[in-house]
Amino acid sequence: MRNGFAIETKGLTKVYGSGNTEVVAMSNADVTIRRGEVAALLGPSGSGKSTFLTAIGLINPPSAGQIRIGGELVVDGPVALRDARSFRRKFIGFVFQKSNLIPFLSAIENVRIALEINAWPAAAARERAMELLDYLGVADRADHYPATLSGGQQQRVAVARALANQPSIILADEPTAALDGRLGRQVMELFRKLAHEHGTGVVVVTHDHRALDVFDSVYEMEDGVIRRSESGVQ
Amino acid sequence: MNLAVKDIRHNFGRFALTTVGVGMLLMIVMGMGGIYRGIIEDATLLVDESDADLWIVQRNTRGPFAEVSRVPANLVHRALAVPGVETAREFVYHTIQREREGKPIRIAVVGLSWPTDKGESLPLIAGRALAQNHFEMIADARLGMPLGEQIRLGKENYTVVGITENMIGSSGDGLAFFTVADALDIQFEVPGEAVRLERQARYARGTLSELGRKQPALAETAFMAPREIPAIGPRQISAVMVNVLPGTTQQSVAAVVAGWSDVSVYTADGQRDLLLRGPVEKVRRQIGLFRVLLTIIAAIIMALILYTLTLDKLHDIALLKLIGAPNRRILGMILQQALLLGIVGYGIAYVAGLRIFPGFPRRVILTNNDLVQLALIVLVISVLSSALGIWKAVRVEPNEALSG
Repeated sequence: MRNGFAIETKGLTKVYGSGNTEVVAMSNADVTIRRGEVAALLGPSGSGKSTFLTAIGLINPPSAGQIRIGGELVVDGPVALRDARSFRRKFIGFVFQKSNLIPFLSAIENVRIALEINAWPAAAARERAMELLDYLGVADRADHYPATLSGGQQQRVAVARALANQPSIILADEPTAALDGRLGRQVMELFRKLAHEHGTGVVVVTHDHRALDVFDSVYEMEDGVIRRSESGVQ
Repeated sequence: MNLAVKDIRHNFGRFALTTVGVGMLLMIVMGMGGIYRGIIEDATLLVDESDADLWIVQRNTRGPFAEVSRVPANLVHRALAVPGVETAREFVYHTIQREREGKPIRIAVVGLSWPTDKGESLPLIAGRALAQNHFEMIADARLGMPLGEQIRLGKENYTVVGITENMIGSSGDGLAFFTVADALDIQFEVPGEAVRLERQARYARGTLSELGRKQPALAETAFMAPREIPAIGPRQISAVMVNVLPGTTQQSVAAVVAGWSDVSVYTADGQRDLLLRGPVEKVRRQIGLFRVLLTIIAAIIMALILYTLTLDKLHDIALLKLIGAPNRRILGMILQQALLLGIVGYGIAYVAGLRIFPGFPRRVILTNNDLVQLALIVLVISVLSSALGIWKAVRVEPNEALSG
């Protein structure tokens, strides 16, 4: 990873359909997130937030534009220059609206799986997963299955999993939607802490305007157009 | 970390019930194979156990196991006179149905050539071989007759002196061994009234015949016992079993006997082939086809189960893809679960079968070859049936994990 940017997008565009049925979901999105920066992405439903997130998460390729992650050109137009899944495994962490833990794995196993698929030896993966759970304050729930964890605990385990491989960026899609205000703020502050301590770029899609003070930058999206908002940043 | 095992442990109840279901299905497949083997074994048991090199039977018939065969009892002496013959034994075989304790009992009657063959070579599990020429029998355990029990067949009572195991006729009835004389008595038993009527009929025929009109005293012979009337031949037996002398080929003896115009001769293998190609063939094919159908059904059901199990995990699979899990890890999970389902199901089928099959009315024989063959088929089915689930898993997009 060559420069100080966690992620850069240039002219990122996504068009669904063609001709009369053509829908522009995202148009010329230019976004730069530095290492250690926590960015919020606001916007109403259908504004294109998820399209942007899935594009920079290498899940849904754009129709046009470029994506650089850690300075490396990863996507150029609809063409992925790297194996998307392998790249996600190593450099991108995901946190979702719901915790999205695998129900048949315990808390520690949910973190371990992210490490083991990245070729960590089992013992080292176990140790690293335990460290992360401890760091996030849920070490005492390590052997519990997701169904027996509270919403906040599940979200912390999900964050631990996202952090496991020390990614360049973490993409979070409304990670506090299922949490109450206090827990939601805790999770947002956790992202800020992680970003600042580990130099990870964090992009959080949120509707929760109460916690905007936590973010270093705020982007707003409407009708597929993204712009940086100075007013949202404290 | 083995995802397949983790998933199974977490959903153990469902997996256990599913494997029991698959196990029961495989048990039926295994049982059909066992019944198939049992029918072949039962059909050829007597041919194999009698240890005869050649079977001499009624001309142009396929022998006593396939159809009615009648040969004169003195055929034994003709056979003995053939160069190279070591022993020749009478053989009688027929099936009877009688009542015992108010229930029907079917007995496949076998006549042993007393005193040459007393039944010593039979697989006795209790009692002894025949020790006298009359009124003793060796019964198979399947007939349910204990040692010492007496059963009335015809005009005589026969005592069970020995018990065999797994001596079953081609129709599935338990075998009972008597001397040839007793077996014939049972076969040709005629009620007193029938004897009297037959004597009157013979007398009437005699008086109406030209000889009877010229010599009326001859008609009186009609009231004599049949064996005392020269015009009535002795009772006929079913076949003659021949063993050849060491150093003599079966073919050389068979060639001589084949020259006799009143009988046909088969080697033991020939008799066995006739049995398998004759009365057993349709049953064998029917069960074989049924077994193939059951195997296909088992494969379809396993495929549906594995597909359903995969459908339940689509969100988890999408999530695994999202966090970067390679396909081999995800597909490995499905394949391993398929194999575990097949292997555990097979184990349940085997254990359950060992307990349940002995209660079946016909023998169910599980041979090692059949068990290994079915195990391989189950492995192949497991792999093939996981294909549908794997196909579905491959098509899952990682962004489906985002749909919540």
